[in-house]
Amino acid sequence: MKILRAPRIERCVGCDSCSLACARLVHKRISWTTAGIRITSSGGLSTGFEAKICLACDPAPCAAACPTGSFSQRKGGGVKVKPDVCIRCGACAKACPVDAIYIEPETNIPFVCLHCGRCVAFCPHQCLEMIEAPGVPGSEVDAPVSAGTEDKEASHAG
Amino acid sequence: MPGEPFRVLMVDLTKGRGEYVNFGDRNAHLGGSGLAAALFEAYADVSAPALAPEQPLIFAIGPLTGCYPLMSKTVCAFKSPYNEQYAESHAGGRLALALRFAGIDALVIRGKAANLTALAVGIRRLDFVDVHFLRGFDVFTTGKQLRKLHRSGAGHRSTLRIGPAGENQVAYACINVDTYRHFGRLGSGAVMGAKNLKAIVVDGGKSLPAPAGKDYGDVFKAIYDQVVDSGMMKKYHDLGTPENLLALNELSALPWKNLQSTKEAAIENVSGEAFARDLLLRKAACAGCPVGCIHVGLLREKYAANNDYLYRQVSYDYEPLFADGTMLGITDAPGILAVMDEIERQGVDCMSAGVALAWATEAAQKGAIGVSETIVPLTFGDVAGYREAVRHLGSRTNEFYRLLGQGTMAAAVKYKGEDYACVLGQEMSGYATGEVFYISQAMGVRHSHLDSGGYSYDQKHTEKDATKAIDFLVADEADRVVLTSMVSCLFARNVYTTETLGKALSAMGLSGMAENLPEAAQNIQKLRWKNKIACGFKPSEVKIPKRFYEVTNWKGQADPAYMEELKTYYASRIDAIVNT
Repeated sequence: MKILRAPRIERCVGCDSCSLACARLVHKRISWTTAGIRITSSGGLSTGFEAKICLACDPAPCAAACPTGSFSQRKGGGVKVKPDVCIRCGACAKACPVDAIYIEPETNIPFVCLHCGRCVAFCPHQCLEMIEAPGVPGSEVDAPVSAGTEDKEASHAG
Repeated sequence: MPGEPFRVLMVDLTKGRGEYVNFGDRNAHLGGSGLAAALFEAYADVSAPALAPEQPLIFAIGPLTGCYPLMSKTVCAFKSPYNEQYAESHAGGRLALALRFAGIDALVIRGKAANLTALAVGIRRLDFVDVHFLRGFDVFTTGKQLRKLHRSGAGHRSTLRIGPAGENQVAYACINVDTYRHFGRLGSGAVMGAKNLKAIVVDGGKSLPAPAGKDYGDVFKAIYDQVVDSGMMKKYHDLGTPENLLALNELSALPWKNLQSTKEAAIENVSGEAFARDLLLRKAACAGCPVGCIHVGLLREKYAANNDYLYRQVSYDYEPLFADGTMLGITDAPGILAVMDEIERQGVDCMSAGVALAWATEAAQKGAIGVSETIVPLTFGDVAGYREAVRHLGSRTNEFYRLLGQGTMAAAVKYKGEDYACVLGQEMSGYATGEVFYISQAMGVRHSHLDSGGYSYDQKHTEKDATKAIDFLVADEADRVVLTSMVSCLFARNVYTTETLGKALSAMGLSGMAENLPEAAQNIQKLRWKNKIACGFKPSEVKIPKRFYEVTNWKGQADPAYMEELKTYYASRIDAIVNT
């Protein structure tokens, strides 16, 4: 099972293309918030950007906190989501240690990364990558991803 | 076919209230430039002064904002305190998407707050926060304080603020948007100052349903791939617009030292290449744009002995580097960033401020003014002097800086320096390309190099055919007004062709709007000119200062007869646009 990581987030220019792609392709929304990945600045734009994404906990505290089984443990880390049984209580978001679950204020629907990887192709600087989940039998990679990899040219160079 | 109305938030600062109203027709006004012009026509009093409390300050987005790459700009419209005319200024940053996801097509602010105020708008908020304690704070300090005051929505909000220049109503005070972008020209910051409005925070937490079916995703992907992979946007991302410095200098089209010359060997020190090599710290993007054209330079400054350093991050582009660099004769790159940093802090338009100080420097050279006016000696290339002068400009320290803050020509009239005031409607943009550009800026609806491609026309046409040149400017303006109504960044003007724009609108379920684009473009072009003429603009009275005839431009010397021909025909075209 693969999971989404942001190993080169220091390249991020804050364009929100990843969030917009997740909202558009996964959730059928136009939004920079109702998405499994959200880009924020930490104290103004002069401080650079960080990605708020699910870190693929196993066991996942959000799944444990979900009272209806809407969130359940995903193999390799993170959660599977059944939206139709969600009662919009927000317990998942409160349980997440890294603030990776967004509760849409108008509907109280939770949005979390499903580790599907559809955002990856929309990052113009290859900040994002799907990797094999660490510690899963058969996984090719079981160490944390190096943050400083210089493996690809930014596609703008083309 | 009539379209749906826009959702407009009308804010009254005097009453401390706001209400959402339905306004206009989406198919007719499109959004952005068109919506802003229609709101101005409906709510402005063209006979009252620009800084009268009742005048509207308008921010408008468009039908494609946040829906496609580079649909990332907001249009600001207001009556300009610089020339008392209809004005339109554009900015990127996060504002456009924040407004989209706050469910606001346009924000219209009228009235005057009793105390210095920060306005916060969003899906569940409309707050008027007393920020009297921020009076006099510079743009960056204000931004930091606002982030403390307003924590909810962190990361998905946009923050607009003014500096001392806006509070003091300098006629070309700007509004800073999200630190690195601006509503720069023609004094929107002074309008905020006159309303006692220090800042605006927009929270965007709403989402919209994406159109059903495959079309939207497919059209998005095709545009995204073109933007990112085709190389079309490389020049904006790579060196960025500063790549023009070397090229325009080579063409004898780069203004130096108050346009005393257009080509200097010292360009090597301050070219886009030099900035990228020595000072570029990182790049950033407007929300919704994968190009990342915002170039941020690192300015390292030793402020005391014992290796005591501080650092500043200064965003740079071609226009500020010309206005605050070559125009001031500054030939070291960190020195230019240092002047720009002070300009950012004070919150003045970097182009007008640089060109105004260039005029003041030449006036001082000629003995028309002295240190009793300028307080600090002004000499081309003297960074420390300019930094201090910028502070005086922001705080309007004396009568000289008060006048200079009203506009270069206001000071030039008083001190008899009109001949060498580099003013084309407002302080010039950085293109000494020839007659067509000079006329296009002096007479364009926004007095902007972005109204139409006059600078580009100069470089492609050496023949002196006024009809052909002006017909091009008018047609190009109509094309651009469609893009600025969507609201697209104009860097994407080669991406969003008529065909692509039609596909993009249709995929959003807006085929009625797509079909109406040519007619809407004509109507919006007309409405903007109507607003400007109603405020008193007289095309036939436009004057081109002598300096533009003296200096060698790309084509040689400007030809007064050709310039007059261009002016006369442009005036007749404007008259026809407004009255037919």
